Amino acid sequence: MIIGSLLGEGWEAMRANRMRTLLTMLGMVFGVGAVIMMLAIGQGAQLMVNESIASMGSNLFIILSGSTSAGGLRQGSGTVPTLTLADAQAIGELPEIAAVAPTLPNNAQLIYASNNWSTQVSGTTPAYLEVREWPVISGEAFSDSDIRSATRVLLMGQTVARNLFGDENPVGKMVRVKNSPFLVLGILSSKGQSLDGRDQDDTVFVPITTAQRQLFGNQFPGMVRFVMVKAKSAEVMDKAERSMNELLKVRHRIHPGQEDDFSVRNLTAVAQAAAGTTKAMSTMLGAIASVSLLVGGIGIMNIMLVSVTERTREIGIRMAIGARRRDILLQFLFEAVMISLAGSFIGVVVGIACAYFFSRFNDALVVVTLSSVLLAFGVAVAVGVFFGFYPARKAADLKPIEALRFQ
Amino acid sequence: MERPLISVSGLSKYYLENMPVLKDVSFNIESGEFVAIMGHSGSGKSTLMNILGCLDTATDGHYYLEGRDTAALNSDELALLRNRLIGFVFQGFNLLPRSSILDNIGLPLLYAGKSKAERREKASMMLERVGLAQFGDRRPNQLSGGQQQRVAIARALVTDPKLILADEPTGNLDTQTGGDIMKIFQTLNEEQNITIILVTHEADIAAHAKRLIRVVDGRIATDQPS
Ligand SMILES: Nc1ncnc2c1ncn2[C@@H]1O[C@H](COP(=O)(O)OP(=O)(O)OP(=O)(O)O)[C@@H](O)[C@H]1O
Ligand SMILES: [Mg+2]
Repeated sequence: MIIGSLLGEGWEAMRANRMRTLLTMLGMVFGVGAVIMMLAIGQGAQLMVNESIASMGSNLFIILSGSTSAGGLRQGSGTVPTLTLADAQAIGELPEIAAVAPTLPNNAQLIYASNNWSTQVSGTTPAYLEVREWPVISGEAFSDSDIRSATRVLLMGQTVARNLFGDENPVGKMVRVKNSPFLVLGILSSKGQSLDGRDQDDTVFVPITTAQRQLFGNQFPGMVRFVMVKAKSAEVMDKAERSMNELLKVRHRIHPGQEDDFSVRNLTAVAQAAAGTTKAMSTMLGAIASVSLLVGGIGIMNIMLVSVTERTREIGIRMAIGARRRDILLQFLFEAVMISLAGSFIGVVVGIACAYFFSRFNDALVVVTLSSVLLAFGVAVAVGVFFGFYPARKAADLKPIEALRFQ
Repeated sequence: MERPLISVSGLSKYYLENMPVLKDVSFNIESGEFVAIMGHSGSGKSTLMNILGCLDTATDGHYYLEGRDTAALNSDELALLRNRLIGFVFQGFNLLPRSSILDNIGLPLLYAGKSKAERREKASMMLERVGLAQFGDRRPNQLSGGQQQRVAIARALVTDPKLILADEPTGNLDTQTGGDIMKIFQTLNEEQNITIILVTHEADIAAHAKRLIRVVDGRIATDQPS
């Protein structure tokens, strides 16, 4: 039978029972809509995670100080600084290590003219920017000589710059940090959200020596809160982790059996785990949504079975004038696929619209890809064929005389 | 001698055991004959017609159509015979209610694999031949019974069949309209040499035929020229 006439017959049959066809299609609309929306949300989440991971820098470790026990009272990592600048320097000399940035973060109020902004102010070294792959886009970074002489200069993240300076160019201006004047040396490029959802651009960096001596008192002189470390390549990550652990154990005189007062974390591995989790989550969302496709498919099968029964006589007439088994089979299969495809088309539109509104009101990223739309259509055809086949075969297997005599 | 178009021998049909509807029916019908079948209600006429039209199969016996044993044919081959060789005209017209008159007439050509243009052209031609040219775009329920039966005849003729099987084609029509339908059959038989087998309850309808078969309780009682 010719495709064009199959289309025409299918269309006629769909039109003859408009309401029923629409209700049947609704199952597919919801199914496909749900799949499209879930895929969009899942892929949006994945994209966000991947961007955060990319913004983190590659082959990255963080060494946290802490987990010391004082009189049996154990404290969380990082609460008591146990790492020193000298530790950082020693790590930097390991062969697997590309760059090391000791860091001492704290919070402080910044004031410029009549504006003020409270943010994280971290003391660190110029290597930090290399470790985090974080370029200065205007002005310049501080240098080793700034570290040596503990100058009052700072680098500003874009959120801070925007809040203090608005449209003004901050480079070369003076801001007050805890009431000391600091020169803005440069503005950092934008990093966006971190994996845990923080705004990475809401930060300020000063030379670590300045932070230690001038900003944040002298509670633990020469100490740093954590050290960011970049390994030379992905291949040496495991080796670098072992070397750093061994080195710090020796330097901190940790005896075998004694608990470490530092911890080395492979951030890249953590990030990959996060990416894996997100991917699994988005796959699961899609899988859950597919269940509604299944329900839509069963709806189609149900209606096609009713349709076959109702049209038994028509089938008999068609057979009497020469329709072969496969003509009848194709006719009903086509009808099922047409209902399913039409429903899917509406479903794709509805799904995209829902995903769009979801992103508007939830501040989440959604991504509708061509492949997810094609997938939805592919699944729709498959659902139509799969669930249309049984009713179609039932129609085709009718005996001509029995179909004709059917009342 | 040329082989007969239809050759039936020892044909029986049972729906229930021990309750034959057709019993040991045998006859030949040559190409170009015009045969009327008469008999009481329930005597098995429709059952016989359905078997002759390859819509149903016999329980016993043989049915040769153009020399071919129909029992040996598969469902696609039977569909092909119904499509090319046989045209049906039913008492209840059996038109597709949702399709236009032209589409109804062209439908057998669809299953014969003909293009849309070809179907429309041939269907219009047939419609004109039954005198309903202006009704092509209507639906069946917008025509009178007699008009619908003429459409059904047009549909039966559209594939140029050799054999027309008509089961009480005038059963739902008044005498006048029935007479018109019979004239169409007569013309087809005389001018195109189409073989016609017709079931009827009315003697004056049967009188149009050249041969009369009477069925009584599933057996052939008489078979003679009329
Ligand atoms: N599907 C069936 N199952 C059981 N019995 C059937 C079936 N079809 C027909 N019969 C029986 O077969 C017998 C013959 O039926 P058929 O329809 O051939 O009669 P007919 O001669 O055409 O009668 P009428 O003139 O009323 O149309 C009837 O007794 C009927 O009850
Ligand atoms: Mg009958």
